[in-house]
Amino acid sequence: MMDGRLRWRKFVSNFMLAMTGVCAIVSVLVLFFILGYLLFNGGTSINWDFFTKLPKPVGETGGGMSNAIVGSGKILLMASIIGVPIGFLGGIYLAEFSGKGVASVVRYAADLLNGVPSIVIGIFAYSLVVLPFKHFSAYAGAFALGIMMIPITLRSTEEFLKSVPRMLREGAMALGASRWKTIATVIVPAAYRGIMTAILLALARVAGETAPLLFTAFGNRFESHGWSQPTATLPVMIYTYAVSPYDDWHRQAWAAGLVLLGLVLIINILARTILSRGIAVPRS
Amino acid sequence: MQASAKPEFSVNIVTNMTTPASRETAAALPMRMTISKLNFFYGPKQILFDISMGIADKKVTALIGPSGCGKSTLLRTLNRMYETVGTSRLEGEILLDGQNILAQDVTALRRRVGMVFQRPNPFPKSIFDNVAYGPRINGYKGSLADTVEKSLRHAALWDEVKDHLHKSAYELSGGQQQRLCIARALAVEPEVLLMDEPCSALDPISTAKIEELMVELKNLTTIAIVTHNMQQAARVSDFTAFLLTGQIIEFSPTPHLFTTPSDPRTEAYITGRFG
Amino acid sequence: MSGSRSFLAKLRNGDEIVRLITLIFAATVVLITAALVWELWANSALPRQKFGLNFFVTSVWDPIMDQFGALPFIYGTMVTSAVALVIAVPLGIGAAIFLAELAPPRVSDTLQFFIDLLAAVPSVIYGLLGVFIVVPLMRTVIYPALNKPFGYLPIFKGPSYGVGFMTAGIVLAIMVIPYIISVSREVLLSVPRDQREAALALGSTRWESTWKVVVPFAKTGIMGSIFLALARALGETMAVTMVIGNTPKIAASLFAPGYSIAAVIANEFTEATGDLYLQSLIALGLVLFLLTFILNGLARLLIVVTTQKGSEAGG
Repeated sequence: MMDGRLRWRKFVSNFMLAMTGVCAIVSVLVLFFILGYLLFNGGTSINWDFFTKLPKPVGETGGGMSNAIVGSGKILLMASIIGVPIGFLGGIYLAEFSGKGVASVVRYAADLLNGVPSIVIGIFAYSLVVLPFKHFSAYAGAFALGIMMIPITLRSTEEFLKSVPRMLREGAMALGASRWKTIATVIVPAAYRGIMTAILLALARVAGETAPLLFTAFGNRFESHGWSQPTATLPVMIYTYAVSPYDDWHRQAWAAGLVLLGLVLIINILARTILSRGIAVPRS
Repeated sequence: MQASAKPEFSVNIVTNMTTPASRETAAALPMRMTISKLNFFYGPKQILFDISMGIADKKVTALIGPSGCGKSTLLRTLNRMYETVGTSRLEGEILLDGQNILAQDVTALRRRVGMVFQRPNPFPKSIFDNVAYGPRINGYKGSLADTVEKSLRHAALWDEVKDHLHKSAYELSGGQQQRLCIARALAVEPEVLLMDEPCSALDPISTAKIEELMVELKNLTTIAIVTHNMQQAARVSDFTAFLLTGQIIEFSPTPHLFTTPSDPRTEAYITGRFG
Repeated sequence: MSGSRSFLAKLRNGDEIVRLITLIFAATVVLITAALVWELWANSALPRQKFGLNFFVTSVWDPIMDQFGALPFIYGTMVTSAVALVIAVPLGIGAAIFLAELAPPRVSDTLQFFIDLLAAVPSVIYGLLGVFIVVPLMRTVIYPALNKPFGYLPIFKGPSYGVGFMTAGIVLAIMVIPYIISVSREVLLSVPRDQREAALALGSTRWESTWKVVVPFAKTGIMGSIFLALARALGETMAVTMVIGNTPKIAASLFAPGYSIAAVIANEFTEATGDLYLQSLIALGLVLFLLTFILNGLARLLIVVTTQKGSEAGG
């Protein structure tokens, strides 16, 4: 025996709660929608040519994106070489050696860097690496992406190192190991899984970045040799092809999008599964 | 006692009371709530075993026992608060004014059976809005200001806050916050008020204030209280049930239980030999 | 540090070397950040000298006449972000409520996993979808649905070319929803249980206890998530560039083409002839940097405050 008002309140309750469910489902469905569309539109265009051929001249159909794939690979490799050591070693400093004051300054700088829009990072890299040498280059792009990898690597290294149990640390030192030996042989290996994950996630993030490459690596219709030439990359190719008026380029953009997204998602899922078997993720 | 005002309660409750005198007392009193053969489970684990007892109308009933005996769990069955945990399951019957609460709408039930929690938990709103919350959602048509004042007076808090009703509830001290929570619960005019160790997070002075309050409040509403403080139970309650590992060992009028307990385990507990 | 041993002694056993090396790398981070701010400031000196504060209120962007005003881009950035929030905030908070209050833990974690993946999708992919799906959708479905009945309102007036403020706003909304959901879900989960129980114990329905007690308790943190989302939306480049229409004009209608700060930098940076042009773009970059800096700082503050409150009050 419910009175009318209670009945109404219960109805509202059930309705609103159902609506929140709808919100959640819609949000998640977007992901599957994206994947689906990419698979549908891009799946058919992925063939051997895509990975091995260079782009054809404007207006001609066919060709591939081999230069962009190689370019992305080169730049990501160098970005890791730049960003990971700084983040990793800096993180070791924060976790193992620094005092409170210095630590908060470094952390603040890292957080600030993390929040900088990627296009502004591109401007910075341009001012530092393109302007003085007067040409676009792969290492300018790598510099931009490398900087973006630093904050995630730094914070995660620090958190994971800190989370290594004291016992391990003290055990090693009690055996006479010096500070740095303890760090290198006991603490870092213990935190290895988490740090690896963080690096992978940082990599996945920069792999998809386009804006910072627009005026650093710029782009190239051909292969680029060495590191000081403008270099084609997958994300920039996608952008260029997508906004062009050619249907064939649109088709290739979808294919490239599929490859890029596939790469990014696989790295992400890999990183998260590695992590979930180990330590909990620290909040950033 | 008019037979019509006294709901039927099962014989079990009376026979749980272990002296002839107490059985008579119990038989003569109207029971607001009766619990029959209650078994309660969290998932596969059974917490309460075959509980039968009554909560006497306009009296204070205390549930005592060592940690983990199930007294809080038992209290929380009375307003079906256990339902917020997915794996809980209940068998048996709980009646409020003769009607099975398990067959009623839970939202309506909870308005009638209120609860005060172990730690004061005022909402992040003003003092006024905290007390007015219950009446508002239930569509109270009268003057909210009057209801708020009335409830705060009943909770012995009015004089301390009457000029600060629009301040945040978090500016009050712990003891005041708990009295605010009592006022908030009273504002919806519940038939039964459940109190789950209401003083355990408070200092002795606040505790004393709230104990005084309880004696007054029972004229307004029936009270069931869980406490780990035996002296408190002895001071404020009319009936006491002693629980051990999920069973009622003894259920008697308070003076009886504390001066002449019938079960050796009860005696061991109240003389401090364990718990 | 042990202190009594000499510097050389420590150096010999390697600790001090390692400490110094790692210190240098840590300092590099600070150096890079400082350099970034410095470069932005130094390389935008020309427009600062030439236009002063007028830079922010002029709406003319004419490279040929060397006239550069930031207003159209600030306007575009604001409008697209506003549209994004109008769409993303209700959806995001709704989803977060579902995940935190209703869904069983395993379902909640699984869905959160997918939402985290959504946050990892590169911006250019969203741009791709924007160009080939949202733009046609705008032309065929959304525009008619809004313009026919509401065309008299200034924001819905005029024709649509598919691209424009609203299209960009929609794409941005999709991109920032995961941030709102993740953070809001966490702050909602950190609200102490007995807040909700107290509301239920007073005879609230589940929705009432959620909406009138739990959500207000987490209000500050949820605000933080919105600021975070806004910061993301402001700096978003590729997806916006691909669907905003790249027209440096201020227009009242949401269907009109426009421009954002990030988009104009992306499009015109490599074409900029002359120092003033280039430096004006860099000045825009500085503006963007400052905006996101403030928003991110505020966001962090708000989120920290809420999760602390949760652990103090009921915990």
